[in-house]
Amino acid sequence: MTGSRYEMPDKKSEICVIGGGPAGLEAAIAAKELGAQVLIIDDNPILGGQLIKQTHKFFGSKAHYCGVRGVDIGTVLNEKAAALGVEVVNNATVVGYYDNDTLGILRDDTFSAVRAERYIFATGASENMLAFDNADLPGVYGAGAVQTMMNVYGVVPGRRALVVGSGNIGLIVPYQLLQAGVEVAAIVEIMNKVGGYYVHAAKIKRAGVPIYLKHTVTEVQGKESVEAAVISQVGDDYTCLMGTEKTIECDMILIAIGLSPLCDLLHQAGCRIDYIPELGGHVPYHDKNMRTSRSNIFVCGDLACIEEASTAMLEGRIAGARAYESLHGRKSRAAEIARQAQKELDIIRTSPFEERIVYGKKKFFPGQVPEAKS
Amino acid sequence: MYDYITRHPILEFKRGKKVKFHFEDTELEGYENQPIAAALHAAGIKVLSFSDKYNRPRGFFCAVGKCSSCLMEVNGRPNVMVCMEPLRAGMRVKRQKGRGKSR
Ligand SMILES: Cc1cc2nc3c(=O)[nH]c(=O)nc-3n(C[C@H](O)[C@H](O)[C@H](O)COP(=O)(O)OP(=O)(O)OC[C@H]3O[C@@H](n4cnc5c(N)ncnc54)[C@H](O)[C@@H]3O)c2cc1C
Repeated sequence: MTGSRYEMPDKKSEICVIGGGPAGLEAAIAAKELGAQVLIIDDNPILGGQLIKQTHKFFGSKAHYCGVRGVDIGTVLNEKAAALGVEVVNNATVVGYYDNDTLGILRDDTFSAVRAERYIFATGASENMLAFDNADLPGVYGAGAVQTMMNVYGVVPGRRALVVGSGNIGLIVPYQLLQAGVEVAAIVEIMNKVGGYYVHAAKIKRAGVPIYLKHTVTEVQGKESVEAAVISQVGDDYTCLMGTEKTIECDMILIAIGLSPLCDLLHQAGCRIDYIPELGGHVPYHDKNMRTSRSNIFVCGDLACIEEASTAMLEGRIAGARAYESLHGRKSRAAEIARQAQKELDIIRTSPFEERIVYGKKKFFPGQVPEAKS
Repeated sequence: MYDYITRHPILEFKRGKKVKFHFEDTELEGYENQPIAAALHAAGIKVLSFSDKYNRPRGFFCAVGKCSSCLMEVNGRPNVMVCMEPLRAGMRVKRQKGRGKSR
């Protein structure tokens, strides 16, 4: 085969949701419940986004699936969407947003188009990379990538890991590696304290994995793939302190230093994109109805700001309800869904862990932001 | 010689039919429909391609079809994202050099 076939069987829908993670699924469910015609497009064989690899139990409130494993939340949402009759196109990647408000889709080497009156983008985020010597060697992986290999496909791409970053992902994935029988040499964290929740850090420490604070990885060694890593302590200005280097034997490095919203399609669609580090970098502007600067496009979840599954779901409900309203006019049930979700979001966002997000979201509306805060 | 997680405290893995495929000049086994990258890593193969300019070995990075670090040549077609592409019986998988060529 030399190339893709180009076909335009123009699929039409009232509301098209791009990305079937927790945010997209909830958006689709809310809009469908209200009576809209809804289509979800996702590039995986199974919907659920990041949830399909999360074997740990969530915490928070009961209403937000506390105590339930991520994988099982994904199943619940999938069943809900299916029962309501949400149309799903899986294994399909949205590759472009064109002038006439049409999406280009690639599925099994066939190109097609979808046209909808409203789009809800819920494409999530991609893992950030870190630069150090030999960072391109095989064996340097995104932490979420290893989690996918391990928990979805049952394959661990190494036997001894070094983890870079101690946010929740950097704490949870190594714990899951241990469960799968893989050694974890250490976690390094450049800040002077662990980034993620205390419970996750405690579990890791109990398992005997050292967490090196104020440390970073400076070099990876190996011929064809990772054989060892050099870590080094950093000073108050975050530069490496000479003479503090340690060589750690390992065959994989898991990078868990954060995620960046996948907003390239929105760029192409001409949506206003702002740079707000608190939200994860370049993020699409959106108002409290999750509407972007283009009136036919809504956003939710990690794409709108790097946060967590429960808030992604709530933002999804708001986006779904408001997209519906923008098409069919005000309806008390839609307003109720959005109001309820907003109320729950506000409660979650009172947590000290969420301060940064609340501050970041205000930055979309200059005038509301108090001056400088680091 | 294939390294799969067999016992896990939480998960149970459902795998497809066992199939044979080719990697470079060797015949390997994998499970139908698993991503090609999963089959290769279970067989201990981490180097998936070589970079364009300096010929440096490359492996996967994101495993969810976003980063293009895992492009290989599959059945003569270059630039196939093997972290997503499902394995089929008889596939011919090769390490891609640089940007790859259509054959
Ligand atoms: C290791 C780890 C642990 C976590 N633990 C927790 C936790 O304990 N509690 C919690 O609340 N949250 C947790 N999170 C965070 C949570 O998983 C995310 O915030 C949440 O999944 C975001 O949902 P989303 O729907 O916005 O994006 P995603 O779940 O990323 O879903 C986006 C979907 O869109 C698809 N997509 C993207 N681009 C395209 C395209 N162009 N075409 C088609 N499809 C596309 C993607 O493949 C994916 O399926 C954790 C995350 C990780 C990685």
